[in-house]
Amino acid sequence: MQSSTRTAVAHASAHGTPERAATIWAILIAATMVTWTIGERGEAGPAVAALLFAIAFAKGSLIILDYMALRRAPRMWAGLVLGWMGLVCALIGIAYWKGLAA
Amino acid sequence: MDTNTEALMPPLSVQAEQAETPADTERRLHGDLAIWFFILAELLAFGAFFVAYAFTRAHNVEVFNAQQLGLDRTSGAINTVLLLTSSFLVVRAVQLAEAGRSRLAARWVAGAFACGAGFVVVKSFEYAAKFAAGVSLSSSTFDMFYLVLTFFHFMHVILGLVILAALWNGARQGRYRPDNMNGIETGAAYWHMVDLVWLILFPLVYVMR
Repeated sequence: MQSSTRTAVAHASAHGTPERAATIWAILIAATMVTWTIGERGEAGPAVAALLFAIAFAKGSLIILDYMALRRAPRMWAGLVLGWMGLVCALIGIAYWKGLAA
Repeated sequence: MDTNTEALMPPLSVQAEQAETPADTERRLHGDLAIWFFILAELLAFGAFFVAYAFTRAHNVEVFNAQQLGLDRTSGAINTVLLLTSSFLVVRAVQLAEAGRSRLAARWVAGAFACGAGFVVVKSFEYAAKFAAGVSLSSSTFDMFYLVLTFFHFMHVILGLVILAALWNGARQGRYRPDNMNGIETGAAYWHMVDLVWLILFPLVYVMR
């Protein structure tokens, strides 16, 4: 067990600190409240949709980079998952824009 | 990519020391390689569903907007909070295991499980109300998408709870140690994926109009 403890010290904190995890949690909850408020007020339109997905992308990035610890993984992995998120948000944006024109 | 990363993180810059980008040689994937391939496959499946929803909506904007008003946004938001909190508790459990405190980590995993179970309860009430109102796979295109998207996600939450139960059991037995993190990191990565997908599903189906 003692040798394990030594490994822990040497191997730094791949998963950040408790404070950092808690700060990120607070940001994620605050952002969720913004999204919920937008929904309750029935806000609509391209600017609101853009804001909603900017918030979703920012929240997702925190999950991907910090909670999933991809910040400390080979760069390709963060690129793949962030790229997925960016692509999905972009395609939703294109579809929304198409819906405006229809 | 690094420029983006930095731009997203300004409020946390005080903690930059811990967040410091490691050198290439120190980088490693946390959790089993297989789970990361599985996560990518799941993300692609969810992505296809989301895009299909968005483009179908584009041809039926008024109908989708009208039917979306019937969704329970508050229960959706409560479920977002439950999943985010659950993810946070799992991160804490992983940190504790990494610090050699596996048995304490088990308590945090139990908390994460409770939040996940809360999601299932809230969603079940939401479904019960919907079914009572006559919503079914064939009642409308919007209802079909609502049920398929949320139920596909719901099944992932259920699997996540099974994984969390296994992690709880392992942590309670002191199985996770700084030199044996693979199990808990693998389970944690899956659970965060379930959270990540919901972060798009909620604004897309419940809020965007």
